[in-house]
Amino acid sequence: MVQPTIEETRLSTEQAIQTYRADARITDVDALVVENFSVYYETDSGTVKACDDVTFTLKQGERFALVGESGSGKTTLAMGLMRLTRPPGHIAKGSVTLNGRDVTKLSENEMRKTRLSELALVPQGAMNSLNPVMRIERQIVDGFLDHRSEDDKALSKDELKEFVRDLLIRVGLRPGVARLYPHELSGGMKQRVAMAIGISLRPNLIIADEPTSALDVVVQRQIMQTLGRLQEGLDASIMLVGHDMGLVAQFADTIGVMYAGKLVEVGPVEEVFSDPKHPYTKLLIRSLPSLQEKREFLGIPGLPPRLINLPNSCAFADRCPSRFDKCDQSVPQTLNLGGRRETACHLYEGEGQS
Amino acid sequence: MSTFLELDHVTKTFGSEGMFGNGQVTVAVDDVSLSIDEDEPSITTVAGESGSGKTTLARLLLGSHVPSDGRMLYRGKDFTKLTRRERRNFRREIQPIFQDPFESYNPFYKVDHVLDAPIKNFKLASSDKEKKRMIEDALEMVGLLPEETLGRFPHQLSGGQRQRIMVARALLLKPRVILADEPVSMVDASLRATILDSIRRLNRDLGISVVYITHDLTTAYQISDNIMVMYRGTVVEAGTVDAVIPSPQHPYTQLLIESIPQPDPKNRWGSEPPQQNWDTGDTQMNGCRFADRCPAVMEHCNESKPLQYLMNEHQLATCFLHQEKGEMTNPDITSTFQTEKETIKAIPADMSI
Repeated sequence: MVQPTIEETRLSTEQAIQTYRADARITDVDALVVENFSVYYETDSGTVKACDDVTFTLKQGERFALVGESGSGKTTLAMGLMRLTRPPGHIAKGSVTLNGRDVTKLSENEMRKTRLSELALVPQGAMNSLNPVMRIERQIVDGFLDHRSEDDKALSKDELKEFVRDLLIRVGLRPGVARLYPHELSGGMKQRVAMAIGISLRPNLIIADEPTSALDVVVQRQIMQTLGRLQEGLDASIMLVGHDMGLVAQFADTIGVMYAGKLVEVGPVEEVFSDPKHPYTKLLIRSLPSLQEKREFLGIPGLPPRLINLPNSCAFADRCPSRFDKCDQSVPQTLNLGGRRETACHLYEGEGQS
Repeated sequence: MSTFLELDHVTKTFGSEGMFGNGQVTVAVDDVSLSIDEDEPSITTVAGESGSGKTTLARLLLGSHVPSDGRMLYRGKDFTKLTRRERRNFRREIQPIFQDPFESYNPFYKVDHVLDAPIKNFKLASSDKEKKRMIEDALEMVGLLPEETLGRFPHQLSGGQRQRIMVARALLLKPRVILADEPVSMVDASLRATILDSIRRLNRDLGISVVYITHDLTTAYQISDNIMVMYRGTVVEAGTVDAVIPSPQHPYTQLLIESIPQPDPKNRWGSEPPQQNWDTGDTQMNGCRFADRCPAVMEHCNESKPLQYLMNEHQLATCFLHQEKGEMTNPDITSTFQTEKETIKAIPADMSI
């Protein structure tokens, strides 16, 4: 595959900001098709179905946000897509089609080449993902050389330097940062370095796992906007994993809500926020504090269920205000409610088709 | 009106220009005056980004940092001149709650340990029975069931539960002031509500003043009465939340509020704001510290420091844009605060889903 040079596709910051979401280039090409994807952890007390039968599609150029509370399986899903699941976890079933290939069937070596060049991860807590005894320059070059295709021509030292310089500028850092060590950077700068590594091989899909947790609001906004600009510059898709509904509303095109290992609702961000279907999504949106009015805090009563030996009923039933008989009798199937809206709830069985 | 704790023109600097210093002096807190009153307990938010000095301010209030300049007064007495006994009393009366509910526990001890220790230390209970009752009362106060929490190890509890035990621990000591440093930033959004709610109850039901340190202005607006916004050591804006949040006057506060990710897809962020330039040392900046990022920067912003100007009875801003409003006569920023409680609207019954 001939890759365009960085120069050819680079947008200036001003241009990129102007195109911000107004005319997002979401195409009709499927970038990622996940079908019945399941990641289980085998433990002494039973199988933990941390990610169970998840199915969704991501279009090229789309920003998909996966939300859920801690323990809902969102990070397990993201790691599973990268095939970075560690024992006792394993991919139990399902397929992940990326650029027409099923990544669950690739050999370890092919997978290694796929990571970073087609599918990149911007990890949670970038502060801990950088090597403290290596200069930034080395860390960027390391990933780049390790994951790129062997057919690409070797680069000279000066070309590599230029490459790193260019990447740093694109993520909004001074080129001088290349010579620094991680401890000399602020949290936001480290997150930018992690993004530079993530985009160094021009991936089609960027998975960003809570890229801004532990950063303050202004830096968070800058990082998310930079990430969005980079994604648009690469015409890539992005999967944002997190629990901050505010961030999702600001950034994403499509939202997927996870609860107890299952995807319980999927839909365009604007529609889901204005008309949530699944009772969990409704409670989640209602619990958000607002700057417009002061009111009592509304949490979601109860705790999520343990994922070991889940009974044959809806996992949210115990916390659900709209619970009825059927909820205790069977696991709700995913229903299509028209357009791109889907939900897994017995309440809508008359309306949609499974 | 009796003042519990008072900061009088306090400055705290780190680093030095001396023989062993690297010449870089960081002014973490720059000339701040405030007072915490005990008769009229309120919740005060200290807001700002990382590096704004909010944690240094908290440590000054806890007595774990000594001011480089200015004085701290505890019940009217200079903090450095306290007797042992008074200092011990001070340590009981102001209690911290920290950010990370995972690191504040020793994983080898059951959670009971963090509750036992303060009782032993300050000899609060005369018998085991009394101790047990005190612990149970404190846990119930923060909405935890003693039988579900006691006797467990920290890893067996959720982050929200652990953080609430920390609140209960603080409560045991019957403090006058609780200082909560980002108590919910590491906790899931759905659990935040319960923790903030228990903090709010402490204030309302037990009359404890709360200093809530955060960068999250949404929760600040929801729970606190007053707010002070810090930027690179300076208090740039202060007042009641009802004055400041709906109508921020300092460009930095405006940026902060604009950057909050509102859960509304129809109302998205504007263009990307400029990054902070950490290369300029604090002492090299003669003027306003926000000048290099300020969209409304004027010529004299780089030359001299703005003073605190009083916008109205309940709001001050440290910005030349408001120079004509007149300088504050009382340097104590808490003089703009309001202490009476306003009743918060309960959610209407028809909002069921």
